[in-house]
Parts: sequence; structure tokens; C-alpha cells
Amino acid sequence: MADTSSKQYSPEATLLQSRTIPNLRTMLWQRQLEWSLVYAALLIFGVLVGAPFVYMISGSFKTNGELFAYPLNLLVQNPTLGNYQRLLGGQEIPYIQMFLNSILISTSQTLLSLAISAMVGWGFAKYQFRGKTLLFILLLATLALPFQITLVPLFQLIVQIGWLDNFLGVIIPGAISAFGAFFMRQSMLSVPDDLLDAARIDGASEWGIFWRIGLPLSRGALSVLGVLVFLNAWSDYLWPVIVLRSPEKFTYPVGLATLVGLYKVEYGMILGGAFLATLPVVLIFVAGRRHILDNLTIGAVKM
Amino acid sequence: MRSWRRKLIPYLFISPFFIGYAIFFLFPVLWSLRLSFFQQNGLNAQPKYVGLDNYGQLLKDPLFIKSLSNTTTYALGSIFIIVPLALILALLLSRPRLQLREFFRLFFFTPNITSGVVVGIVFTLVFNEQYGLINNFILQPLGIAPIRWLRDPAWVIWAIIILGIWRFTGLNALYFMVGLQNIPPEIKEAALVDGANRWQAFRYITLPLLRPVLAFVLSFAIIGSYNLFTEPFILTGLDGGPRNSGLTMTMYLYSNGFRQIKLGYASSIAYSVAIIIIVLTILQLVVVRAFRQD
Repeated sequence: MADTSSKQYSPEATLLQSRTIPNLRTMLWQRQLEWSLVYAALLIFGVLVGAPFVYMISGSFKTNGELFAYPLNLLVQNPTLGNYQRLLGGQEIPYIQMFLNSILISTSQTLLSLAISAMVGWGFAKYQFRGKTLLFILLLATLALPFQITLVPLFQLIVQIGWLDNFLGVIIPGAISAFGAFFMRQSMLSVPDDLLDAARIDGASEWGIFWRIGLPLSRGALSVLGVLVFLNAWSDYLWPVIVLRSPEKFTYPVGLATLVGLYKVEYGMILGGAFLATLPVVLIFVAGRRHILDNLTIGAVKM
Repeated sequence: MRSWRRKLIPYLFISPFFIGYAIFFLFPVLWSLRLSFFQQNGLNAQPKYVGLDNYGQLLKDPLFIKSLSNTTTYALGSIFIIVPLALILALLLSRPRLQLREFFRLFFFTPNITSGVVVGIVFTLVFNEQYGLINNFILQPLGIAPIRWLRDPAWVIWAIIILGIWRFTGLNALYFMVGLQNIPPEIKEAALVDGANRWQAFRYITLPLLRPVLAFVLSFAIIGSYNLFTEPFILTGLDGGPRNSGLTMTMYLYSNGFRQIKLGYASSIAYSVAIIIIVLTILQLVVVRAFRQD
């Protein structure tokens, strides 16, 4: 009894009751057709998105002869590790060194950026001070300015400081992010003030409150910002190619781009380097997918 | 604790950021504006004040005009192709009872986390006339003659737009999905019960409620388009390939500032890009807001 009564209230059931039997059949058929079209569309989208990845991976195991041969094949006929041996052997470019440089630069930039952003975010979210509104408006106003504006003077500055061809020249400017400051301020607003007051009564120092309450309660936002900064630093090309001058200081994107210029015909090897560089970020991404995808869009909703 | 120390604390928290921000962002922004009124060719060259000459020269510089038109074409492609495609993808992925939703969402996002250099390299091969994936696996089965994607000036910008579609549709779909999630399903159901067809429900209910997300996505599409550098740089080289048909504004800025070391001229390009982005973003907000009327 309970079952039938609950069915009557579902909008679908009422909708079906109001139609005659032949209509019901057409409706079911229509619905099936619609779902098939939806999945077909997603499948086509999926194949188009996936094909270049498959091509990159399989190509890295192909000899150049196989890469450029008819009939074209997405899969490998005669897999070879030759590309990887040449790439990692370091005859053409010190790729392992470049890869390690990328890890070092991206990691330090991420940690530094998190520290700076969390502190400024905390200052804005939890304190009142003279000039706060003005500084915040300044921050928001410059958020929309494109980074190109700064390129030339920033380069002159880096040369002046003596950071040309130095990791610091890449790491430090990249760690200052107006977006990061804004992002951390938004999420730290939700740390309850009562908690802070209670800690103050217990005699905690302001720094201690930030360290033991602010940071732990903002773990989610910190990890999202961390992934965003890391991904950006890991793929960046324009700024590193301006600052870094000697091959043993290059990050991997700068190295790969040089390889394209120098060995235009050695695409198997280049694809191998591309695959090795893509693998870690995809793995990080798949591991933290829920968290990252859901929080990535915070900016979009709160704007 | 003494009161002056109390007052100091917030400034201690914000100072690392604002010191860095002043040195590495605000100062360069202002210096760049100043530099755009000077001629300085070479890092150690003596800057010479030329007033608005750099900007005047830009308007007569065929390469700058070319880069402006290329970048604007790409921006239009991104607004009128990538954004609608992303909305369609988001609508498909937001259907109730869709299987594998999480997988699709993640999968369509992967092009976005791949480095621009890697994407540029892979797509150089994808667009290869003889052995490329598009000519062989898409055009040939349809009986269409191979296109010289990266060598025919008429097609280069399309190659870049196709690359953009591949790279950015998933990201924008993600934003639209969040927007769609925030629309209460009852509103749409009520309209359908009242006899609206599904197109009407989409046009008069879903789309207007998506306006904030649409504005956000469009702003990002505009900013991203005028920032575009790495992918076309790898795909077509420093000069933008045949007849500079792949030269973007940021590539031209790079070429002037860091290859030819014309620092003043490069700064005037940078400011032109910034002005265009700001004007278009405001214009876009006005247009999207105008849709609220209906």
C-alpha cells in the first residue's frame, strides 16, 4: 500500500497516467533514443580528447620511421625504448636535470606561495587595521591586469638583482599571486572568530593562533591553491624561457621546446619527454580529483 | 601586550605579500607604462623620451595589426565556438542519472593540466599534412582533401582555434556544470508542467540563471585569448608561421621585448593588450547584463 501511494506522488507517474498507451511507448522509445544520442556525443567528445594523448604515448615508443609511415596507426607495431634511452642518456639535452629543475622550481614556488598567501589572507580575514579597505581594493583592481604588462620591467629588474639564469628569478616573482591572496582571504573568512577569542583568553600568541587554528582549518583551500600553483609552475614556459639561459638550468618545457628547434625530425624522443612530463601531473590530478575539481570552481561561484 | 604591538600584528601578516607585490608587480606595472613613452633599444641603452610615438607607430606597424587581428579572430573563436561547446558538454554531463559522470568530467579536464609546450608539440604532429591525425583520420574518411594546416596562411588560425577547443572546452564545461547545479530543478519542472517545451525552458530559465557563470567564463575566455602565447609559439614559431598568420599579440610582445630588445616598444604592446582586455571585459559584462531584461 505504502508503495503504490508513494508512486502516485512522483511527478513521473502522474505524467504517465495522463497519457494514453501508444504515447507511452513513443515516449519510452524517445527516451532511449535520447540517451543513445547523449552517450554517442560523449563518446565522440571523448575520442577526440583522448586521441592526441594516445598518439603521444604510442608515438614515444615508435621509431621515427614508424611515426611517419603509411598507413597511419595510432597504436605501436614494433615498440622500442630507443627514444627513452636517447632522451635520458642526455646526449642531446640533460633532460633528467631539466626534469629535476622543474620539480625543484615548482615545489619551492608552491610552498612559498602558500606561505605568503595564507599570511596575507589571514591578515585580511581576521584583523581590522588602517588602510585595509584601500589595500584590498588595490588587490582586486590589479587582479584583472594581465601579466604581460609586467614582463619587460620585471626582466630589467631580474637583470639588475642578478637573478638572470638563476632559479630565484623564476621562483620569487611566481610566488606572489594576487589570486592566491584573494582565494585564501575568502576561505579564511569562515574560520569562526569565537575560536580565536577563546585561544586569546588562553594566552595564545597571534602567530600561534594563525599556526594552530587558522592553517589547520584552511587545509582544504590550501591544498587546492597548492595544486593550482604547482600546475601553473609546472607547465609555465614564457617566464622561464626569459629568465633561464643555460641548458642545465632549463625547466623541462624550455628543454622540450629547444629540442623541437634543434632536432625537428626526432619526434619520437620529443614525445617521450612530453609523456614523462605529463604523467606526474595527471597522476596527482587523478589522486585528488574530487577535492580539486569541486573546489577549482569556487572562484566562479563566488564572483 | 602593548597596544602599538597589537596594532602592528596585522601588518606583519600582510607585509610579505605586499612587499613582494610592490616590487614584482606594482612597480613593473607602473614602470612599464613609463617605458612605453620611451625608446630604449638594448638593456643598457639610454632611454629616450618619445611621448606617444610608440603607440602611433603601433597603428602603422603591419605586424602589430596582423597580431591584433589574429588574436581577435582567436578570441571570437573562443567566445562563439569554445564557450557554446562547453555549455553543450556541461548540459550533457549534468543530465540526471548519467553513468560515468565523474570519469567524463575528469577526462575532459586532462587537456587543461597538460603543459602548453607538450600540447604544442603533440598538435604540431596532429596537424601534419601527410601524417597528421586530422587529415588522415577525420578528413580522409569524409572525402575531404588534406588541409595544409600549418603552412596555408588561411588555415593556421583555425589550427590554433582547434587546439584551443581541445584544451579549454573541458575547463569551461566544469564552470557551467557548477552553475547548472546551483539552479533548483523545481523551477524548470514548474515551467515544463506549465507547458513550456524544453528549448523554451532552456532559453528562458536555465540560460538567464546561468548569467553569472557565463560572465565569468566569457571574461576568462577574453583574458585567456589575449594572453595566448605558448601553444601558437610552439606550433608556428617565433614569427607565427606563413605570413605571420599565427602571430599573437603576446608573441609579438615577446619578439620585440626579448629578441629585438626594443623595451619601450614592447611595453606599448603590453599596454595595448591590457587596455583591450579591460575594455572587452567591461563590454562583455554590459552585454551579459543586458540579457537580464528578457
